[in-house]
Amino acid sequence: MRNPLSMKPLARAAAVIAALGITTIVLAATGAPPFAAYANIARGAAGSWTMAADVVVAWVPLLLVTSGLLMTFTVGLWNIGIEGQITLGAVFATWALRSCQGAALSPELAIAFAFVAGMAGGALWAMLVGALKTFGGVNEIFGGLGLNYVATAINIWLIFGPWKRPGVASMSGTLPFDKKFWLPTLSEQSRLAPIAVALALAAIIVVFILLRGTRFGLRLKATGKNARAAFLLGVPTWQYMMASFAICGALAGIAGAVQVTAVYHRLIPSISSGYGYLGLMVGMLVNFSAALAAPVALFFAALNVGSIQLPIVLKLDSALSGVIQGTIVLFVILGEGLRSRLAARRKGGAV
Amino acid sequence: MRIELRDIHKSFGPVRANDGISLDVPSSSILGILGENGAGKSTLMKILSGFQDADSGEIVLDGKPASIRSPADALRAGIGMLHQDPLDFPPLRLVDDLLLGSPGPLRPDRKKAARELRELAAKFDFALDPDAYVDALTVGERQQLEILRLLWLGAKALILDEPTTGISLPQKEKLFATIKRLASEGMTVLFVSHKLEDVEALCDRAAVLRQGKLAGLAPKPFDAELLVRLMFGKELPKASRARAEAGSEVLAARGLCLDSIRLQIKGLDLSVCAGETIGLAGMEGSGQSLFLSSCAGLERPVSGAICLDERELTGRSHHEYKRRGVGYLPAARLEEGLVPGLTISEHYVLAEKGGGFFIDRRAARDRARSRIEAFNIKGRPDSPVEALSGGNQQRALLSLLRDDLKLVLVEHPTRGLDIESTAYVWSKLKERCAGGTAIVFISSDLDEILQYSDRVVVFFAGRVSPPLDAEDLGVEELGALIGGKLWERFSGASPRLAPRARSEDARA
Repeated sequence: MRNPLSMKPLARAAAVIAALGITTIVLAATGAPPFAAYANIARGAAGSWTMAADVVVAWVPLLLVTSGLLMTFTVGLWNIGIEGQITLGAVFATWALRSCQGAALSPELAIAFAFVAGMAGGALWAMLVGALKTFGGVNEIFGGLGLNYVATAINIWLIFGPWKRPGVASMSGTLPFDKKFWLPTLSEQSRLAPIAVALALAAIIVVFILLRGTRFGLRLKATGKNARAAFLLGVPTWQYMMASFAICGALAGIAGAVQVTAVYHRLIPSISSGYGYLGLMVGMLVNFSAALAAPVALFFAALNVGSIQLPIVLKLDSALSGVIQGTIVLFVILGEGLRSRLAARRKGGAV
Repeated sequence: MRIELRDIHKSFGPVRANDGISLDVPSSSILGILGENGAGKSTLMKILSGFQDADSGEIVLDGKPASIRSPADALRAGIGMLHQDPLDFPPLRLVDDLLLGSPGPLRPDRKKAARELRELAAKFDFALDPDAYVDALTVGERQQLEILRLLWLGAKALILDEPTTGISLPQKEKLFATIKRLASEGMTVLFVSHKLEDVEALCDRAAVLRQGKLAGLAPKPFDAELLVRLMFGKELPKASRARAEAGSEVLAARGLCLDSIRLQIKGLDLSVCAGETIGLAGMEGSGQSLFLSSCAGLERPVSGAICLDERELTGRSHHEYKRRGVGYLPAARLEEGLVPGLTISEHYVLAEKGGGFFIDRRAARDRARSRIEAFNIKGRPDSPVEALSGGNQQRALLSLLRDDLKLVLVEHPTRGLDIESTAYVWSKLKERCAGGTAIVFISSDLDEILQYSDRVVVFFAGRVSPPLDAEDLGVEELGALIGGKLWERFSGASPRLAPRARSEDARA
């Protein structure tokens, strides 16, 4: 008898192929040329150095967020509130830079301060979700979702209220910061900041090590797999849940700070850009394994960036990348479900 | 309606829950179904009421073979089941609760249903208002509602699963009067219980199940001793055991009052000495688990004190108890004791105190290997715990306990284990006793209680017995105590736990 566990990579590959198959059928059915669309996405993502750099720019926040989510996934929590945590990170970073703009502080220190503030903001927002869950009995999905809306409201209020541009407030965000407060990028036109890339890589490596080889990671894992047993074995489970929320929120906050200091140079209304939800998808797709997070996040970032030109070239909506990402995740999870049902049936007993 | 069960078989993996049970219940009769936990009562009733399919066997209703594949099938055939926990809808009004399970048009006639409910309630003298909400009812009233609902749906046979748990005495009397009246009007009643007194008060006959088989049928009037013998089997010769030298007091419960949804324990006093083994006997849910978890700091007492080594720990967290040398082994190994998905080796890392930030994998594996050898576990350091057999999981749990414990609390130490594993588990526990550790354990196996305890405390839905010397206790006497008999001997002196209606907390 074949061990269903050994079919895992096979099932994964089959799921991805099936997802692409479905997308192809949908595209063909609507009269769009599927393969031209795929080729266009590929060209859009890797056709030039600028495009490749844009992929990396999108990869940085996605990887930061995914790294954080691996912590909360491991401890068995669905941190839907990640979007709000990015937003609060961006808001706090903006606040830090605004308050440094008049002061006699070196730009390097100001930017560092902005990142620390961003981390604090994200962590604060995440721990609010954790506190609601631990002390108020509010499921983290509901608490997170609610706080996402609150975060958006705070952000909009700041942009149109206290932090509005001189004259008329605008959806294009706050007034850009002084150039010296921008995170240094590769070139004048580029938005690719080597420091941001280094931070994202450091984040995933730290998370990988934490989950792989430390007592802290093992206790998180135990709490996620069986909180009751972990508690009886001596793990302070709610403290560990709070810690994982705090780490995840801090990493989301860094992502927010990167968007503010390196990409937009100001606070804009949709500062989180959906990277939080996309990170949740990446987390599900890699089945919570840190080793796969970086390449899969890169792939998703490439899909996002690659599809930007679709409307111009093929008159297709750029949402196609979201369709592909969503179908892949759905099929992989479906494959997992079928595989475990199969395993249960082989073990004997009805499903 | 006459119900015949013919040669019913049902297995769960290697466990034969029902092993060829045949019963014939004529209409207008009340059959008591007795048996200890795991005897197969629930499985049999689930098969009859359509919650589970039998592997083989036949159900014959009024002489006609019936195919019952779902609870809806059972109801159509006229069989209604009253579950131990009422299966109703607290946020609904009574009349909607009634209508919910009824076949009928998309827009049911609420007025007609309310009228019929009122008539039925009046017939049995139940005070139920069709427009009230279900969550305003006591457990006893919810039972009444369920009975009326089943009657309204045309039930000709009723299965009652432990219906007297959690209801007040007047409600119980009313319930029994109702059941008797229904039986006199032609209803067939199957009454599942482990309380001998209830069966005696109500039933015409009693069927006793043991290990999935029909151990015997007894007609009225009942011989309590015979029923106990049928329920628990014959007395086994007791193994000789060296009684541990009682040391200083390790655990003291003083005037302990505990509260759960179903039970209230009042004024429990117990003193446990170093090296001593105390067995907690009783039917599941009689209060023994509540007491054991309060000794581990997992359940906060309403009042009273728990002292460990003369230091009061009442209200402290479980981890504080752990630090002070209390070990706790839960009954549900894979649900509460172990973490499925982690390896044996990882469990030792989790359980050990302190340690550095990084895990030394090699050291962890070496330690796991030596533990596996010492506890004779059939597995490798990197085997996931869920791959171990039940006996090996229990050994693994035991091996996770720290060496320097003062008190070990165990729920069902050998449930589901074979003889060899049972003996091994106990040899390991007794090794600790010899070193001065006290053990308090729960078991539903009377032989285990008598063989391994120094003293026995019996829990019965109403009461907690004083500690009884295991040497002087016979298996039949213990069985009778567990079934609620012979308690008059402790009258006055014993702490009581009052059974009570869940009226207050059912609303909460």
